[in-house]
Amino acid sequence: MSLSVTRRTRLSTAWLIVLVPIVLLLIAAPWWAGRADLRLMGEIALYMSLAVLWNLLAGYAGLVSVGQQAYVGFGGYLFFALTMLAGLHPYAALPLVVLAGFVISAPVAVLIFRLRGAYFAIGTWVVAEVFRLSFAQMASLGGGSGTSLSPDIVRSLAEGRDAREAVAWWLALGAGMLVIGTVVWLLRSRQGVALTAIRDNELAARSLGIDIWRTKFTVYVVVSGLTALIGALIFLQKLRISPDAAFSANDWTAFVIFIVVIGGIGTLEGPILGTLVFFALRETLADLGTLYLIALGVVAIVIMLFAPRGLWGFLRDRWGLELFPLSRRVSGLAKKEA
Amino acid sequence: MDWLNAILQGTLLGGLYALFAAGLSLIFGVMRLVNIAHGDLIVLSAYIALSFGVSLGLNPLVALLLVVPTMALIGYALQRLILNRTMGEDLLPPLLVTFGLSVILQNVLLMGYSADPQNLQAGAIETASVTLGPLAVGVMPVMVFVTAVVVIAALQWMFYRTALGRAFRATSDRQDVAQLMGLNRAHIFGLAMALSLAVTALAGVFLGIRTAFDPAAGGARLIFGFEAVIIGGLGNLWGTLAGGVILGVAQTIGAKIDPGYQILAGHIVFLIILALRPRGLFPRIDG
Amino acid sequence: MADAILSLQALNAHYGDFQALYGVNLTVNPGEVVAVIGANGAGKTTMLRSIAGLLRNAPEAIRWKGHLIGALRADQVAALGIALVPEGRLLFPSLSVEENLVIGGQLGRKGPWSLQRVYDLFPILKERRLQQSTSLSGGQQQMVAIGRALMANPDLVLMDEISLGLAPVIIRQIYEALPGIVGEGLTAVIVEQDIAKALSVSQRVYCLQEGRVSLEGQSQTVPRDDITRAYFGV
Ligand SMILES: Nc1ncnc2c1ncn2[C@@H]1O[C@H](COP(=O)(O)OP(=O)(O)O)[C@@H](O)[C@H]1O
Ligand SMILES: [Mg+2]
Repeated sequence: MSLSVTRRTRLSTAWLIVLVPIVLLLIAAPWWAGRADLRLMGEIALYMSLAVLWNLLAGYAGLVSVGQQAYVGFGGYLFFALTMLAGLHPYAALPLVVLAGFVISAPVAVLIFRLRGAYFAIGTWVVAEVFRLSFAQMASLGGGSGTSLSPDIVRSLAEGRDAREAVAWWLALGAGMLVIGTVVWLLRSRQGVALTAIRDNELAARSLGIDIWRTKFTVYVVVSGLTALIGALIFLQKLRISPDAAFSANDWTAFVIFIVVIGGIGTLEGPILGTLVFFALRETLADLGTLYLIALGVVAIVIMLFAPRGLWGFLRDRWGLELFPLSRRVSGLAKKEA
Repeated sequence: MDWLNAILQGTLLGGLYALFAAGLSLIFGVMRLVNIAHGDLIVLSAYIALSFGVSLGLNPLVALLLVVPTMALIGYALQRLILNRTMGEDLLPPLLVTFGLSVILQNVLLMGYSADPQNLQAGAIETASVTLGPLAVGVMPVMVFVTAVVVIAALQWMFYRTALGRAFRATSDRQDVAQLMGLNRAHIFGLAMALSLAVTALAGVFLGIRTAFDPAAGGARLIFGFEAVIIGGLGNLWGTLAGGVILGVAQTIGAKIDPGYQILAGHIVFLIILALRPRGLFPRIDG
Repeated sequence: MADAILSLQALNAHYGDFQALYGVNLTVNPGEVVAVIGANGAGKTTMLRSIAGLLRNAPEAIRWKGHLIGALRADQVAALGIALVPEGRLLFPSLSVEENLVIGGQLGRKGPWSLQRVYDLFPILKERRLQQSTSLSGGQQQMVAIGRALMANPDLVLMDEISLGLAPVIIRQIYEALPGIVGEGLTAVIVEQDIAKALSVSQRVYCLQEGRVSLEGQSQTVPRDDITRAYFGV
């Protein structure tokens, strides 16, 4: 009997073949999509990235943060500072934002990892508040009322409005692919094995010699750096930043958590599906305003109580679907003696 | 003298923060639950007192007689109908469900009362003060502080001297064995949440008398309460009072340096204590 | 048997995919002491936890005084007069010795047992009444666990390996106290690994092996060879 362990399913192979034309189609979007559609697609790509990142943190590493707006706002502000105050070209500023995200999140992790479980969650919120209040003190970035990106920086991206919209879209799409690629890569690496082990049984993982702290630390820092990048791109799209918008718990955490819970926490496909559902709902129900948020909250609670694996978990249990080749399957091991 | 005054005001403010924190501390102690909607429930209490004030013409301090039982009932129902379904090994469900509740509460309040800041009018007592030598002390802040001390002493007594407290401690120790003693866990948890929200009602009404509030004001209150709990040490009620006082003093001293630093100073003191004494100043149980 | 106080009929129990009990039949008559023996992992604890309502996956299999109780919660089962002395004692560490006893009686069922009678039975506990339960020796903790169950004034007490991990002299002490406990209308199911001890205090005996009843008989007359076979499955 020959055993082989594979991560690939037939469906995921087919999916990879479909993926290439889809990506090409998306790259070509500026030639077939209108300006408003392009903006919406950019927003979707960025939200999807935030959701995938938060899911890695909470769904895989068990680090339930309600303070990721700290890094969204940090990335946005740092991007404005690097371009407007330090005079860097936006393309040079973006990698620096990621780097700075890594650097700032490392000591934060050391500090708040001392809090366990739900207290960790509130600790992340405190950190986000500290970030918000600190940036509100910075007069050079407009203090409490914020500032706008100066026109020449906007112009340095590309000539003409259409070209700029296209560049913004490509940046968002590229960031989204970078995020998904990084997460897939991380989950398939040794860290991914460690993460799965920790998620399934923290005690057993520890006895196998897995350094739980370091694994979680790595995830936290990687996620935070990439979240900062997404933050930079969000405010590059918005062209205006203020402490309340940059560190909004509603926009960058509540929505993101709802997306992941509805889509299916702890799966890679869940947040992607969740983002599409979220935007479909938003585009149809947004006029309901507050009622829409209440409905989202209710749906998320109901899902958490009655279908905690979310929409994707439901589909997967029903049909055994899996798009990303992540879970390891053992084949060749015919039915084991019961 | 200004500094002394700031410390005094901060200490009294700490009483309010201890009231924010006591409910959190209680439910964590009994069922290891951290309620993300705690701050929003504080704000809800203030709005309920506001409505009693408008409809029945009650002074908010009198309205407490209605708000406290109302919130206790809400707490019991919330725990039995929703939160008990999330209690288990996995931390994620209670966290995300109370987070969802938080968002729902904020938006329900927004629909019901609009985003305009509101205030509870308690009458002359709000501005009354007594002079202590060179210092003027508001009667209201003193009353809040004394209430906090009384509430914490009462909770402490309940926890260690009554049958209910014994049931709470037993359930906290070993849920299944407590069940063998004939204690229905679902009911015990319901009572703990009822008690937590009864304290929350006091906190909410005092908050509303002290400052203006709006539907989004809950988040900061959750954070202050949480910081007081962690500074004081998990599971230690008197420590929670100390934590509230430390936080309050940090904030008033910060505000004295620059009004923009008030809240920030509190957070920074919290982070420093977390760095130096991760289990808080007076720890009792493991988180 | 028609007048059995407790009967298990085809009791199955599962932990996830793993089945721990397979169709266990057992009856207990009023006033009787029934011993249940079996190797480690045979399913003895699982059986007691099922009866006590801590495992609730057999709504039809457990009958108490004629009523089906398999679907009830542990606190409801306790209110009907069934008390469990759990394996490993499982006292409440944040309660004092006396509080551990008092909480055992908090349902307020009427009967012969009171704090005073438990102290009469185990005088050492009275000396230690204000100490944290975790500061006691293993034997004393076991006395608290037994006393806590008696305080409920149950009609049936289930004892899970009360001699586990105790020194022989302590075990003897506890077993000497047993006759003063049963009698007086109290029925008992005693799970033990120590076969001799179990047989000496009981009228009837069951042996479990890998989740199944492998032997049933009168404690005084059942042949030793049968027990060895039923116990080890050889
Ligand atoms: N919580 C549990 N989860 C999974 N399996 C369990 C659990 N408790 C017991 N088991 C298994 O069920 C079987 C019976 O266990 P138990 O009833 O404790 O046996 P005994 O008390 O006779 O030693 C054993 O194989 C044991 O490994
Ligand atoms: Mg056992």
